[in-house]
Amino acid sequence: MPDIASRRSLVKNLNAKIAAIPMMLTATVVFVGCTLWTVVYSFTNSRLLPGGDWVGLAQYERLWGTRRWLISVENLAIYGFLMLVFSLVIGFLLAAIIDQRIRFEDAFRTIFLYPYALSFIVTGLVWQWLLNPEFGIQAAVRSMGFETFAFDPLYNSDLVLYGVIVAGLWHGTGLVMCLMLAGLRGIDEDVWKASRVDGIPAWKTYIFIVIPMMRPVFVTTLVLITASIIKLYDLVIAQTGGGPGLSSEVPAKFVFDAMFVSQNLAQGFAASTMMLVAVIFVIIPWAYLEFGGKKRG
Amino acid sequence: MADQTAPAPSRGIAEAVGPRPRRALSVRNIVIYGILALLSVYYLLPIWVMIMTSLKGMPEIQMGNIFAPPVELTFEPWIRAWSSVCTGLTCEGISTGFLNSVIITVPSVVLSIAVASVNGYALSLWRFRGANVFFTILIIGAFIPYQVMIYPIVIILREIGLYGDLAGLVLVHTVFGMPILTLLFRNDFYSVPEELFMAARIDGAGFWTIFLKIMAPMALPMFVVAVILQSTAIWNDFLFGVIFSTPQNYPMTVQLNNIVNSVQGVREYNVNMAATLLSGLVPLTIYLVSGKLFVRGIAAGAVKG
Repeated sequence: MPDIASRRSLVKNLNAKIAAIPMMLTATVVFVGCTLWTVVYSFTNSRLLPGGDWVGLAQYERLWGTRRWLISVENLAIYGFLMLVFSLVIGFLLAAIIDQRIRFEDAFRTIFLYPYALSFIVTGLVWQWLLNPEFGIQAAVRSMGFETFAFDPLYNSDLVLYGVIVAGLWHGTGLVMCLMLAGLRGIDEDVWKASRVDGIPAWKTYIFIVIPMMRPVFVTTLVLITASIIKLYDLVIAQTGGGPGLSSEVPAKFVFDAMFVSQNLAQGFAASTMMLVAVIFVIIPWAYLEFGGKKRG
Repeated sequence: MADQTAPAPSRGIAEAVGPRPRRALSVRNIVIYGILALLSVYYLLPIWVMIMTSLKGMPEIQMGNIFAPPVELTFEPWIRAWSSVCTGLTCEGISTGFLNSVIITVPSVVLSIAVASVNGYALSLWRFRGANVFFTILIIGAFIPYQVMIYPIVIILREIGLYGDLAGLVLVHTVFGMPILTLLFRNDFYSVPEELFMAARIDGAGFWTIFLKIMAPMALPMFVVAVILQSTAIWNDFLFGVIFSTPQNYPMTVQLNNIVNSVQGVREYNVNMAATLLSGLVPLTIYLVSGKLFVRGIAAGAVKG
């Protein structure tokens, strides 16, 4: 419809422009304006209130010398890597199984996806309870006779992150399954027929034909999971509170605490800018793949 | 290919394609259902434990097995969680949080969908110069971590006198719901036949008439999807609730976290689990009732149409 649109004069399309005002304000004031504001103020020495003097990169130097920030970044890297790998593998596996024309498909799908409807707070709290060493899984297994069984990740600073990952996977894999399932069902059945005629085993068809064909689905899923990983906050708050000690701190929590608890605004701005940089590294290649070359609409 | 007599299935999301199952009790089926059963345990265990724990008394929790059903059934934890557990400031139970969440969610859902549907309509059928620039910013903006924008938003809301106010929180939800909802509605309105739009134009219908009389009724399923998507997301929100509301207006998620993770007093695990279930009840009901529409919402939102 570009010909219709281009023939409209400024006034004739006034209603559409009025209707789009909220979007324009959101895009310019919030997404561009607020983001730039934070980036600019990360170069100041604001503490209780935004302002102060221009200090260049000093906040970033300080940030990268802060132990808590380094732990947060390391935690997020480990969490992110494992979360990506496991949710893609489990999500795809679930989708491939569900795609086998199984009985009770709807029931299984409902079971795998329902955690996604729950909040991260609920997810964190229920897994905190399950992983409680006194009453949870550890106690239950011990009461069956395995007296030395140990499974208390939330109280062990080396393992706490894996406890969070178990909860994160429980919450998020259903979504990945849904996306993968949509991708699998978008594959032409002739592909399957052809590979069966040629006597290619199903697993080979998946690995060499179907998965390469699903590349766009994988890319989109990857971007979505990554974006949600970087935002990781509620789950940690509910499940561990960042503990024991600092061992499950994450960047989003660092930012929140710097801004609203310890009143060290500029550190919060600098840390959130680093989060933005991390997202940009994910988004730009994706946007290039998605939008680059072809013109849409 | 002797088994290919059935008509080819349509390509809808509900239909399976791929190899057909063979005999009922093949090795393959045992493996498949074995994996499914095992994974189902992982997914169902938490909700089972939540329900069982919430129906036991504290002595039984301390003595017994976390997975065992209650020997002595009690609803006391639910009543306590709802009406008398301490949430930080007061001891009136999580019911206040429930009400707060309703008061926050309903206007946020209505406003965000109203704004985004009109916006998507304008973007798809009444496109104007520059519209795509804003739209692109909007979509890319959806990936910016909230933490980057949150402090300036606090300042803006304080300047216009809405910080700590319900209206401010509703505004924040509307702003951050806009990218996904606009995308949904834009793509939906794109699929409307152009002839229909042209016919209405020729009959003299204007921007709002076409939207209210023709497009909005046609997009009804998309409105339902949007309501599901938004009400779940806003009900489950924690971060905005903490930052943009005051303790007496905290949504349920925040109060729940305060109840369970409070360091004072004796830990009542049964009451905690009852409160957790209570706050999960609304999105869970939406999910179970809406079924495929929920899936459609997240899939449509996730995979760019």
